[in-house]
Amino acid sequence: MAQIFAYITHKNGKADDTALELAAAAKKINAGADIKAVVVGSGVDAVCQEAAASFKEVWKIDKAEVAYPNAEIIRGLLVNALPKDAIVLLAHDTFAMDLGPGLSIKKGVPYVADVVGIDAVEGSTLKAVRQEFGGQISTHVSCDIASGAVITLRPGAFEADESKSAGGSVVDKTGDAGTVAAKRKFLEVVQAEAGEVDITKADVLVSIGRGIEDQENIPIAQELAEAMGAVVSCSRPIVDAKWLEKARQVGTSGQTVKPNIYMAMGISGSFQHLGGIKGGYIIAVNKNSKAPIFQVADIGVVANILEVMPALTEKIKEG
Amino acid sequence: MEILVCVKRVPDTEENEIRLNSAGNDIERDDLVYSVNEWDNYAVEEAIQIIDRVGGCVTVVTVGNEEAEEVLRREMAMGAEKGILLKDAAFESCDGKGIATILAGLVKKGKYDLILTGAQADDGAAQVGGMLAAMLDLPYASLVNKIEVQDNKLKVGREIEGGNQEMNEIELPCVLSIQTGINEPRYVGIRGIRKVASVEIPAYGASDLGVDAGSIGAVVKRTDYFVPAMGEGAEMITGSLDEIVAKLVEILKAKGGIK
Repeated sequence: MAQIFAYITHKNGKADDTALELAAAAKKINAGADIKAVVVGSGVDAVCQEAAASFKEVWKIDKAEVAYPNAEIIRGLLVNALPKDAIVLLAHDTFAMDLGPGLSIKKGVPYVADVVGIDAVEGSTLKAVRQEFGGQISTHVSCDIASGAVITLRPGAFEADESKSAGGSVVDKTGDAGTVAAKRKFLEVVQAEAGEVDITKADVLVSIGRGIEDQENIPIAQELAEAMGAVVSCSRPIVDAKWLEKARQVGTSGQTVKPNIYMAMGISGSFQHLGGIKGGYIIAVNKNSKAPIFQVADIGVVANILEVMPALTEKIKEG
Repeated sequence: MEILVCVKRVPDTEENEIRLNSAGNDIERDDLVYSVNEWDNYAVEEAIQIIDRVGGCVTVVTVGNEEAEEVLRREMAMGAEKGILLKDAAFESCDGKGIATILAGLVKKGKYDLILTGAQADDGAAQVGGMLAAMLDLPYASLVNKIEVQDNKLKVGREIEGGNQEMNEIELPCVLSIQTGINEPRYVGIRGIRKVASVEIPAYGASDLGVDAGSIGAVVKRTDYFVPAMGEGAEMITGSLDEIVAKLVEILKAKGGIK
């Protein structure tokens, strides 16, 4: 079978947590394979050494022009440096969404995005699990990976392979990667504005989603939070609609929160949202009994939050 | 500026509970409410706002059957000047790569400065824009949440993790996938829909686009649909509103959720 490469994303000289998840997924694709890591960036020796603990071989591409991960340049470097039939694994994050689809086209191989499970590889046929319709329905997909593939794996879906006994070597492939011209130039990262509240420090969050239905209903959640001594946070659609500020958004594109109690009110529970909740007791209220949030909640109530929240506020005020 | 926006008619997950059909090989499609893919709506609004600033024309295109015309007309009612339907029996079993191949065929027929897609649609793969760009050898940026037009190039913001924004300069022509929240899509009223009801929408098939119908079948194939395992599952509280609220208060007190 083709060689498997795990693309290791990194920041400030440290590999992302997903590196070990990619190692685990790679073993599901081929337990017997020597799974290689590939690290691209500028001054990445520390990351390569870190990756070598988990991968037999680490391919290093060290170039100044990818000090910031410009997906267009990295795509060209990977096409030049990796074997044509390589199976490339990426964590399904904002970088992979930039890189993955185009990489599959330039390599002429199948693209399997946002995989949440790998059932088996039979012969050269990969059988994987994906989710559709915001996680409401799952599907098995299959494709032939004999001549290579680009596969992105949902962060958190695979249990990290912590064995760290590979004792791998680092191989410098910078020369093979060549030089790539780009029509897209990285300028800067604009940091998120700090809001009036810091939801990452709150013990209890009353978090609202689409179930709030209208901007005029926001005070219903605020009154409940006030009665509880909690802070109001929200899911993405509430910020998109500009009903609450970005600093209150929980999720991969917002803030990561670690409250003791998370009240998910009218939030369906997309994986991007769930990716922002690290621990805590989850109480979910949602009209849709099939909402994905009920798969991760501790307590579930199938009901309209516009009825539950005012009643709850009143009951709490009664003492 | 000539802008092409690729849109898709999808089951509306806000209006529907998505269920399996009895054979388990598809979702139950009878009685589903369809709408335009949410991300695409933001892409069309952004295109119209750009045209308002710098002039030009917005064309919306979709791959689908006759029913998909309704989403084209909806987006035209928002302000897109032209609509194009890409329809062929060969298009029905495509995967994302097939859709990108069909769209690439259309792009090559015209002259577009900017091509927009939604960041993702119902299958969540977020792939068509990036594939289309690679097929056309155009630069690409995904998850775009800010666009400033400059001479022969754009300054674009991309959404990245943690609420941060990555700024890039990108040469025209290019392909961008648009993230929700970049703007506020305008309301479309019945009057707007009526206004474009009789506008002719051309339809092109595989041969019109120079696409080999035999080459666009799915490479990544769905074998079945199933309802995801419930994990450990939540303890579900049922009863009257009073009973539910009483139980929630009890739990919140026990867990320190009321201060």
